[in-house]
Amino acid sequence: MDAQAIVDLLKPSYPDGALEAAPAADGMPSIYIVPEHLQAVCRELRDRPELRLVFAADMTAVDFMPREPRFEVVVLLANFGMAGYGETPQRLRVKVRVSGTDPRIPTISGVWPSMNWAERELWDLFGIQVEGHPDMRRILMPDDWEGHPARKDYPVQIKKPYKVFEALQLTPQEFAANLRADRERARED
Amino acid sequence: MADFEIPILTTTVEKMVQWARRSAIWPVTFGLACCAIEMMAMSASRYDIARFGAEVFRGSPRQSDLMIVAGRLSRKMAPVLRRIYDQMPEPKYVISMGACASVGGVFDNYAIVQGVDQIVPVDVFVPGCPPRPESLIYGIVQLQKKIGQSRMGELTSDTEQRVKLA
Repeated sequence: MDAQAIVDLLKPSYPDGALEAAPAADGMPSIYIVPEHLQAVCRELRDRPELRLVFAADMTAVDFMPREPRFEVVVLLANFGMAGYGETPQRLRVKVRVSGTDPRIPTISGVWPSMNWAERELWDLFGIQVEGHPDMRRILMPDDWEGHPARKDYPVQIKKPYKVFEALQLTPQEFAANLRADRERARED
Repeated sequence: MADFEIPILTTTVEKMVQWARRSAIWPVTFGLACCAIEMMAMSASRYDIARFGAEVFRGSPRQSDLMIVAGRLSRKMAPVLRRIYDQMPEPKYVISMGACASVGGVFDNYAIVQGVDQIVPVDVFVPGCPPRPESLIYGIVQLQKKIGQSRMGELTSDTEQRVKLA
């Protein structure tokens, strides 16, 4: 099924402009979805017997700075065409345009659980807020990192001081006192 | 050897200790990237680091003398490297293997440590991308020379320096 056929299939249940076919140089079916209807459309893509795109392979974003809308979130979907997972093998690229001033999309980790970590990566590297995500933390960069390194305007060669742990510094007296306290505690238990 | 009537050699304790230390260097396995493949090749039969007594790779830092930092060290891995180094008993040595470990190599960016000497004190830098096993063996031989000139009681880590600072 090509992109236009998929759009025609889903279009009736959504307002005008919610879905459109996207041009793709490699010929892979691609569609644009507006963020407001992303979750509902994704659920249909997964559950409709004609589509059954049950496998979300990857999710990432493209930074088109200085264009506005700045980001395009890309989700790669597949249908294996095997028992219980659709009739014919099918691939689909789903794109969402996201503004650069307040980048945010709704989570689709409820539709495909594999998108949980992908959305964390999306936040970590591109700074796109994912609303409704069950566990939003950084995934690749350290937890206290500032900035989102995959953005076009990120200074890639910045040098920040490295963080390492110091070995525990104790005097022999403190060490002995700690041991004694541990023994006391063990005796009380 | 047949000339010796009595089977005795005289030497100093220090020379004896140096000989013992440099002849049985046990490295801790710390492969971080593609350099680790060359490190493994070095320890395998073709290049055979056993000829220099350094073939016993240990999984525990507590049993190791040498840490070969083989590959690019990411910022998130730096505390782990430091902790493993701190867990090694004295005397301890570090070889920085390859361009990435030594100066960051091609990874001139926010995520990679630009030289592991910022994290741990390094004894020998081995250049290459990756260094061939022969280069690494040469590095170990250089380290053996260094150990041969070391004093018996001196600390090899930066611990001494840090104790002074504290």
